[in-house]
Amino acid sequence: MWRRIRALVIKEFLAVWRDKRSRFVLIDDFGNSGAFEIVRHLRASGEIKPVIDAKDASVVMVIPENFTRRLKGGSAGVERGRPAVVQFITDGRTSNSAQVLAGYANTILERYNAEWLKRHGGKPVPATVVVTRWFNPNLDSQWFIVLGLVAVLTLVVVLIVVALSVARERELGTFDQLLVTPMRPFEVMIGKTLPGLVIGLGEATLIFAVAVLWFEIPFLGSVPLLYGALVVYLLAVIGIGLMISSLVRTQQQAILGAFLFIVPAVILSGFASPVENMPDWVQWLTHANPIRYFLIIVRGIFLKGLPADLVFEQLWPMAVIAAANLGIAAALFRRRLY
Amino acid sequence: MKAGPVLRLKGLVAKEWRQVVRDPSSIAIAFVMPMILLFLFGYGVSLDARNVKLAFVTEAPSQAASRLAASFEHSAFFDLSRVATRQEAEAGLLAREYRGVLVLASDFDKRLAAAWEGRAAAPIQLILDGTDANTARLVQGYVQGAWAKWLQLEALTEGRRIDIALTIEPRVWFNAEVRSRNFLVPGLIAIIMALIGTLLTALVVAREWERGTMEALITTPVTRLELLVGKLTPYFLLGMGGMALSVAMAVFVFEVPLRGSFLVLTGVSVVFMISALALGLLISTLAKNQFVAGQIALVSAFLPAFMLSGFLFEIGNMPAVIQGLTYLFAARYFVSALQALFLAGNAWSVIIPDLLAMAALAAVLLLITAKRTPKGLD
Repeated sequence: MWRRIRALVIKEFLAVWRDKRSRFVLIDDFGNSGAFEIVRHLRASGEIKPVIDAKDASVVMVIPENFTRRLKGGSAGVERGRPAVVQFITDGRTSNSAQVLAGYANTILERYNAEWLKRHGGKPVPATVVVTRWFNPNLDSQWFIVLGLVAVLTLVVVLIVVALSVARERELGTFDQLLVTPMRPFEVMIGKTLPGLVIGLGEATLIFAVAVLWFEIPFLGSVPLLYGALVVYLLAVIGIGLMISSLVRTQQQAILGAFLFIVPAVILSGFASPVENMPDWVQWLTHANPIRYFLIIVRGIFLKGLPADLVFEQLWPMAVIAAANLGIAAALFRRRLY
Repeated sequence: MKAGPVLRLKGLVAKEWRQVVRDPSSIAIAFVMPMILLFLFGYGVSLDARNVKLAFVTEAPSQAASRLAASFEHSAFFDLSRVATRQEAEAGLLAREYRGVLVLASDFDKRLAAAWEGRAAAPIQLILDGTDANTARLVQGYVQGAWAKWLQLEALTEGRRIDIALTIEPRVWFNAEVRSRNFLVPGLIAIIMALIGTLLTALVVAREWERGTMEALITTPVTRLELLVGKLTPYFLLGMGGMALSVAMAVFVFEVPLRGSFLVLTGVSVVFMISALALGLLISTLAKNQFVAGQIALVSAFLPAFMLSGFLFEIGNMPAVIQGLTYLFAARYFVSALQALFLAGNAWSVIIPDLLAMAALAAVLLLITAKRTPKGLD
């Protein structure tokens, strides 16, 4: 089963070599799995620490001296309830790869178990878990990240362009010239909105193209739905940008203000860590975050071919946020202009 | 005319410092942002999946099936909903109501009974939502854990024996409780310092060019070196202050262990800060206007610190081209050294190469900046 995982990562891996006999098959299983690459064999437990410290290996597998004895005893029922134990040491410094690697190892060990029992007359396990993965059969995490980048990169660029638009004019003194023209605040605001919209659409289209052509991510949904959602998302972002722009006096304040929004907003969006893992009150906060909805829409339209009714479920809260943001921005704008 | 270099430098630092103090935005980035982020990382963000929503479909209810459901319900990892039909559960998977669906086919009970007598194993079908690949992998691991527990209970209830030849004993070093905030905090420090060191510096120097005050400074007896040192010192202090605040809050409020020495931590941060300032300086000499400088700083400092430093996404999982790219940004080395210092201790085998790489990057950046800085007024 694990062969289908087609592991995307070649993980370094090494084994401490103590028991002299039946470990060969096990080590081969790991070496051939595609998920692991055996980089070194160690002979004493004292050699483990330097290897992990220096990140020469992400995993050290320790095979104890009694491995073969226990393995045979376990299957023959002599040492009942005392199967052979393999220690699997992972590096907890780097994200949650430790848990993911343990998952890979478990799958390999399960298969090893089944084969050993079959060959040595043990009883097979009465029930197994048969896994099917929908929407991303090979569990390629790049799909998740690249599609998330559509939301994050357009956010960063559009927000900064819009936030700077008024601040720059004010800092350079050209804003006063705008004030003496017959233009109404609303018209000035439209003029500041459109460039952000155009840049955002262009950038998102570029990332869509990279996603499909370079990363070969499947696109199963509808293009009009995707672009409709993109426009609503961009309007929500532009609203925030205009708010920042009308509150600040200098370009420096505009850029730093934008970052004060971007960093927490991206972290609380589901871009890297699932919203469901957050405590309830933080999950509640994320409902005001337009990135949250757009991430679900982009990933859903690409990978799941999300139907229109499910897209609208995410789209309407985003539209409410966009309307609120633009409304507040317009009010701030008017106050600033007169 | 008699004024010595020390006095001139003092004047420049004082001028720049006044600019920092008068503009609340730089103070906010150095001190408010770390507090917000630590608060979020401490209480909000977690990569560890809990209460995974799972749908459970039994096409023909049986005792073994309800015992299986119970073992999932008792696990803290799952939030199990019993769903009547497979179609309903699959629709829920599309709508993100569930992360996965467990299906026991109508012949499950019969096949399980046959399997106890030595026939082929009865299948428990698990359909996972693969959209979030990382979470899907974790969920699969959790399901297999719950399955193994159920098997043992089942054997006890049925009075049968299960042969297990081999088990695994996982050990996670440096972060035994697998708390994600422990490895997220170093990334946070890298982001703060990249924002202050590169973005803020690029902006303030570009502003002097944009407003024409740089020309005014050049016509004074101040030398180029004095000008640079005078401009960078306040931001260096601001960045180190933000770092100190982050470390203090991480250690004392959020109980992230600091296993390495504080002195080494300071040394590593100083080297990173210098490379960040050097990058900011180079950007502003190339751009000379705040808008362009801001955009370049974004692409060359903030995004790499966020995406390519290995604190959020593991570098080993990136495509080869992007992995190669990470070597060009100091954030990669800084995050790796910080992770070692916080969680593993003074692991010199990691820290020394990282320090050398950061120092080399800083030297290259400073060299290019020196070559690119105009000698006088053109």
